[in-house]
Amino acid sequence: MHVTFSARELEFQEEVRTFFRDEYPDDIRKVMDSGEEMPPDMQIRWQQILYRKGWAATNWPVEYGGTGWSPVEKYIYAREEGHANAPLFIPFGMTMVAPVVYTYGSEEQKQRFLPDILASNVWWCQGYSEPGAGSDLASLKTRADLVGDHYVVNGTKTWLTLGQHADWIFCLVRTNTDVARRQEGISFLLIDMKTPGISVKPIILLDGKHEVNEIHFDNVEVPANNLVGEEGKGWTYGKVLLQHERTNSANTFRSQYRANKLRIQASKSVRGAPPLENDRNFMRKLAAVEVELKGLEYTELRTLAAVASGNAPGPESSFLKIKGTEIVQAIDALYMEAAGYYSLPYRADPAVGEGGESLSSLHYFNHRKVTIFAGSNEIQKNIIAKHVLGL
Amino acid sequence: MDFSLNELQTLMADSVGKFIDNEYDFDTRQQYAESERGFSDDVWKTFAELGWTAVPFAEEDGGLDGDSVDIMVLMQSLARGLVVEPYIANVILAGGILKRVGNEAQKEQWLYPMIAGELQATLAFNEPQARYELASVATSAARDGDEWVLNGHKGLVLNGGTSDLLLIPARTAGNVGDEHGITLFAVAADSDGMSCEAYATVDGLRAAEITLDGVRLSGDAVLGNVDEGFAALAATIDDATLAVCAEAVGIMYALKDKTVQYSKDRSQFGVPIGSFQVLQHRMVDMLMACEQAQSLLMWAVMTNAEGGEESRRAVSAIKYMIGTAGQRLGEDAVQIHGGMGVTWELDVAHYFKRLTAICTLFGSADWHLDKLAT
Repeated sequence: MHVTFSARELEFQEEVRTFFRDEYPDDIRKVMDSGEEMPPDMQIRWQQILYRKGWAATNWPVEYGGTGWSPVEKYIYAREEGHANAPLFIPFGMTMVAPVVYTYGSEEQKQRFLPDILASNVWWCQGYSEPGAGSDLASLKTRADLVGDHYVVNGTKTWLTLGQHADWIFCLVRTNTDVARRQEGISFLLIDMKTPGISVKPIILLDGKHEVNEIHFDNVEVPANNLVGEEGKGWTYGKVLLQHERTNSANTFRSQYRANKLRIQASKSVRGAPPLENDRNFMRKLAAVEVELKGLEYTELRTLAAVASGNAPGPESSFLKIKGTEIVQAIDALYMEAAGYYSLPYRADPAVGEGGESLSSLHYFNHRKVTIFAGSNEIQKNIIAKHVLGL
Repeated sequence: MDFSLNELQTLMADSVGKFIDNEYDFDTRQQYAESERGFSDDVWKTFAELGWTAVPFAEEDGGLDGDSVDIMVLMQSLARGLVVEPYIANVILAGGILKRVGNEAQKEQWLYPMIAGELQATLAFNEPQARYELASVATSAARDGDEWVLNGHKGLVLNGGTSDLLLIPARTAGNVGDEHGITLFAVAADSDGMSCEAYATVDGLRAAEITLDGVRLSGDAVLGNVDEGFAALAATIDDATLAVCAEAVGIMYALKDKTVQYSKDRSQFGVPIGSFQVLQHRMVDMLMACEQAQSLLMWAVMTNAEGGEESRRAVSAIKYMIGTAGQRLGEDAVQIHGGMGVTWELDVAHYFKRLTAICTLFGSADWHLDKLAT
C-alpha cells in the first residue's frame, strides 16, 4: 500500500508544474486570486493557451485530439491546476457534450463539432432543467416534434450557466409522449443559439450576478441531423454526461488551495487586529474542515486507484460530489467569518477590505448552488442508497 | 499508487476472517468476556501460534517485521469479531515500549515470552489526574542506592488485572506535565508494594487501578535511558491510537452492514423500513463516514511509517474523525435498529459500546482537534 508516483509520473508532474509556473499569465492569475468574475474573453484566452499546448481535452481519447493521459496523469494535472488556482475549463463543451458526441454521435457530427470545442471556438451551454423539472429531470416537457427533415422545438429550459455567451446548446427534449416510463421518449438534441424563435433572459442570483439564464423555444426549427445517437435514448446519454459533471465537483485541489491560503491569512494581523490563529474556535473549525478534506483526498485517490486498475467509476462520483461540495461551503463560511464586518459591504467591484474580503460573503451566497446543481446532494444520496446500499 | 493488500496482508486478513467465522461467533465472545479472566487463554495461545502477536516486531526479535499497514489490516479484521483478547495491551502497548527501548536481556525476559503468548503484559500510560496528557506523570521513582523506589497510582490500566508484567512510566525529574524526567520501568505484577483493583469496562474488556506503594526495583528494571522515556511512550501511544482507530473503522463497517441488512428485513407499515427516505439518507451518511474514516486511516498508517510531524497530525486527524463521525455512526446504528438496538442480546449494542470506548481511548475528538488547531 503506497501513494508514491512512478518516476515517469513524477517527471510528468514536474512538466505540468513548470507549465503552470511559466505559462499561466499574470493578469489571469491576478483575477483568479482576487476571486472576482472572470471576463469571458480572458477565459477563452486561457483555454486557447491550453489548446495550443495540446492540453485542452484531458478527458478525450487521442483520436479526437485528447491528451490520452492515464487516470493518474489526469489526476496529477488536475492537482497542479487546482494548486495553481488556474481557471477551470468551462465544462459544457469540453467535459459534457463532447463525450456524448464522440461516444454516440455520427461521423459527420464528430467532424462538425469536436474541432471547434477543442479549440474553444464555440461556447456551449446546457439545456437540462426546466421550470417544472429540477431534481425530477425525467418530468421535462420541452417537445421536439419531427416534421420532415427537422424537429420543431417548443418549451422552456432554465439554469443555463453562462448561456448569455453561448453559441450552441445541448438539450434533453421529449420526442415521444406515448411511453411506459418517463425516462423513455427523451432525446439528445444540439441547437444553434442563433436559430429564429429562441429567446434568452437573464436570471439574477442572490449575489446580484448574472450567471444563469432561462431560454424559451417558440417553434424553433432544428435540423434532424442535430439529433445525437438514437431518438428516445437521450436519458441514457445524459446520465453518462452527469457522471462526468459530478466527478469534477469533488473540487479537492481547489479546496486545498483555499484552505491553505486561509491558514496563511490567519497567521497575519489584518487592520491591526490580532491574527485569527489566536482564536481557538476559528482554528478548530478550520482544522475540522482540513480533516474532512484529507479524507476526501484519499477517497478520491482510492477511487482513482480503482479506475486505474480498470474499474469503471460508478456511484462513488455521487459520494465525491456530496463531500466535496459540503467542504466548499464550509470553507466559504470560514472565509466569511474571517472577514468579520468586512464581509458585509456589498461592493462586488472593486472589493473593499483587505484581499477582497467583501467578496467572501458573495462567494458564500453564490456557492449555495454547489449542493443543488448537478443533481442535488439529496438526489445523490438517493442514488447511493439505491445503487450501493441496495435499498 | 496502490491501495491493495500485499500477500502477507491478504493472508492475514483471510486467516483472521476464518478464525472469526469458525471459532469466534458472538455468543462465544460473550462467554469469554463474562469469564473470570475476561478473555480466553486458549484463544490467546492460538493468536501466538498463528503469528498475530509477532506482527509488529523485528525479525531478529522473532517478529514478522510488520508495519502500521499490517497492524491496520489485522485490527480491522479482528474488529468484526469484537475480540476481547488483550491485543492492544500486550502487543501494541507493552510490545511497543519493549521493542523501542528494551535491551537484549529485557527482551529475552519480557518481550519474547509475550510474543510466544506465555506472558501477559501492559503499559500503564494513564494516571487519575492526567486526562489524556501522557506527560502528566506524578508517580515517582526515587533512587535508593542501586535500587529505585516507586510510589503512585495508575488509572484505567488495560489488561491491568491479568498482566504479569506492567510497564510503568514514573517521574525521575522535573514536574508533573514535563516531558523530560519520565523514566520507564518494567515491574512484575507480583512485586511487593503492587496492588490492583481490577474491573470490567463498558466495552466488555478489563482494566484496573494499580497502586504502587514503595515498590523496590533493581537498576535493570529501567527501560531505555533515565529521564528520557517520553519519546518511546508517545510513539507507542501513537501506534496504539492507530490500532484502535483501525479497529473502530472495522466496527463502523460492521455496524453499517448490519444496519442496512436490518432495514431490509424489518417491516413496519407493511414495507421494509429501508424504503423510508429519511432512513436511507441516514444510512448513506453512515456509509460515507465509513469511507472517509477508511481513507484517513490509510493516509495515517502510510504516513506513520515515515514518522515526523505529519505523522502526529495524521494520528490526531483519524482519531478526531472516529470520535465524531464514528460516534455518530454508532448512535445511528442503534437508532435504526429501534428497540432491538438497545438490548444486551443483540451484537449491535456491543459494537456500539466498543466504538464508544475507543472514542475515549488515547484522547477524545476534542482533545485531538485541539492538537490540529495549533
